Amino acid sequence: MSEQHIVSNKKLTCIWLILLVLTTLTVAITRVDLGGYKVFGALTIACVKAGLVIAVFMHMKYEGKLLRWLLFLALVTLAIFIGLTFFDVLYR
Amino acid sequence: MSHPEHKDDIGAKLGMWLFLFTELLLFGGLFLLYAVYLKRYPHEFATGGTQLNWVLGSANTAILLTSSLCAAMALTALQRHEMRRAMALLGATIFCAAGFMVIKYVEWSAKIGHGIYPGSEHLKAGPPGESIFFSLYFLSTGIHGLHVLIGAILLAWITVKIKSGEVNGDNYILLENGALYWHLVDLIWIFIFPLYYLIL
Repeated sequence: MSEQHIVSNKKLTCIWLILLVLTTLTVAITRVDLGGYKVFGALTIACVKAGLVIAVFMHMKYEGKLLRWLLFLALVTLAIFIGLTFFDVLYR
Repeated sequence: MSHPEHKDDIGAKLGMWLFLFTELLLFGGLFLLYAVYLKRYPHEFATGGTQLNWVLGSANTAILLTSSLCAAMALTALQRHEMRRAMALLGATIFCAAGFMVIKYVEWSAKIGHGIYPGSEHLKAGPPGESIFFSLYFLSTGIHGLHVLIGAILLAWITVKIKSGEVNGDNYILLENGALYWHLVDLIWIFIFPLYYLIL
């Protein structure tokens, strides 16, 4: 077994509370009319929530360089294929 | 361990993460389709999106976040050799999964009851953008729901292994990987929820 990382219940509960607050915030900002900002706001909050889940619930914060770089690579790949598709879609 | 066993926990976890990356790209493809068609049919997507029940969507978000918390706490408990607590928390995770599926069932059957399902006469008669929106909705939430089912079965199987002592405080990689899969299910929903229920 590699070195063991035990994440305390207190920390997990804190993250869970933050996630619930962020969810409420997403619902709140999309119920009022903010136009295009609500898409941007909702997706930004979703990314923050995803980051918290990956970092703490999925223990990525405590992992070594290999997994972190692989995650980075996967996200860059995703960003490239979404980005390049939109180059086509937006400027067609 | 009564006998020496060939084990590679780091390799097991690496393999799990590599699998999760392929899952990210699978759902990434679905989100890309959503984005491209949203660009093409903004009004039809808005009409479709407002027909989804955001209250039920929010409830399911809270349920999945709670289930993720339980799964993470189950791993913590197991690492601390608290077997009973770990099993109880996994039970709570599976209970949340069942709750999620019940709400999903209510949502889907309401839509199907209104004649809204892929290839339905109602959608064929309407504008193509709305038909595409609901096809993507059923595809994304369907594949996600399938993941919820698989994850719940996986965690139930791991609970049995904890009970038998095969998975324990010194050998917890199976629960670690099972929990990773469960968190991925949560992660995907974090994006499905605002995209389909909120921003339109």
